[in-house]
Amino acid sequence: MADRPIRVLVAKPGLDGHDRGAKVLARALRDAGMEVIYTGIRQTPEMIVEAAIQEDVDAILLSILSGAHMAIFPRIMELLKENNVDDVLVAAGGILPDEDIPAIKAMGIKGCFGPGTPTDEIIQFVRENIHPDRLKVEA
Amino acid sequence: MQNIVERLLSGDRRALARMVTLIENEVPQAQRYLAELHQYAGKAHIVGVTGAPGAGKSTLVTQLVRELRRRDCKIGVIAVDPTSPFTGGAILGDRIRMMELAGDPNVFIRSMASRGSLGGLSSSTRDVVRAMDAAGYDPIIIETVGTGQAEVEVMRAAQTVLVVSAPGMGDEIQAIKAGILEIADIFVVSKMDKPGADQTVAELAMLLSLDPNRRKTAWRIPIIKTSALKGLGIDELADAIQKHRTYLTTSGMWQQRALRQSRSEVEALIVHTVMQALRRTISEDEWNMLIEQITMRERDPYTVAQELLKRIGLS
Repeated sequence: MADRPIRVLVAKPGLDGHDRGAKVLARALRDAGMEVIYTGIRQTPEMIVEAAIQEDVDAILLSILSGAHMAIFPRIMELLKENNVDDVLVAAGGILPDEDIPAIKAMGIKGCFGPGTPTDEIIQFVRENIHPDRLKVEA
Repeated sequence: MQNIVERLLSGDRRALARMVTLIENEVPQAQRYLAELHQYAGKAHIVGVTGAPGAGKSTLVTQLVRELRRRDCKIGVIAVDPTSPFTGGAILGDRIRMMELAGDPNVFIRSMASRGSLGGLSSSTRDVVRAMDAAGYDPIIIETVGTGQAEVEVMRAAQTVLVVSAPGMGDEIQAIKAGILEIADIFVVSKMDKPGADQTVAELAMLLSLDPNRRKTAWRIPIIKTSALKGLGIDELADAIQKHRTYLTTSGMWQQRALRQSRSEVEALIVHTVMQALRRTISEDEWNMLIEQITMRERDPYTVAQELLKRIGLS
């Protein structure tokens, strides 16, 4: 199963409507050979977690610019936990102030990527941080 | 922990989601699980939705699912999008339009990449249908890749095929050609709020009136006009789909289509298994060498195929 495509959910939680970054990223991940499920803007944590479950993705990449990340991210992580989803990589990008990053990482969000991050860096991060269980051939 | 088949049968969405992944990735156990699930499937009404890119398939499916939820159905949706032939990656964007359905546990949506398959579905779509069927979803709606004229694979996977056209997408000659227009059980003309919609309906009606086979069956192919913008026609479409199901079961066509599907399925499995056996026996380098020789006209493909089959004990 090592050569299967990595499946990634790119989601935009919260109320800001700017998804250029998310689209650029989605396209770059596609060009890196991944299957990218893009959900569109204004997603609630419930919608994102349900989509991640149904699509059985390897990674969730959250893009947020509105500043509501400290309200939304904990809810997403909580819902993942409630649903026993413990093998999915979660990373975030967008406007994330430096002082919030330790708290974001403490929630279990493994990567934080600010504006201007080269897409290659994110691609490499995803490839290297997929939960090892998900790449095993098992049920 | 219960095994994945039991969890799937008891309605565990995560078990179904993982099963779909195993099927898509063709892991060795998937066939064993599918063999177990086979006996529990066969109950669901499988509805294929096809049409050109931009015809409005995702939007239509979203509205249809909303209507069917009102009628208390538990619905499975498989949305297929194309895989890039160059990188193997894909952007699966059908969820954008299906946003309003997210969060409803009685709607299970799965996006699939076509992974190189050319018929408008992916090669594992039918197995994914089987898993959803066994998990109790009914109906199951398959939205194909945006199709051209010849992607008729959905016919072999669905019992009811909806062909979606939008106004202004082609003249009537397009409609006389063979292909996807021939496989429709129900025509949908979407975007009825756009200019030219009535003409599209008239052209389809003319096409239907020219079809000599039409008089031989009791099913009158309806043309349903819809507008997502104005919320028109969805109720009527849901009725037509349910009517078609009744027609299929009362006329014996349900059984006939099921037989046809089983046949094409087992044939496809055999071809697939033979290809796998070949890949195991013949190295990548040898493949490349043979293919080069054929291209350089040093050898011919017919003799090479015969020789390869002999090596895996066939022919």
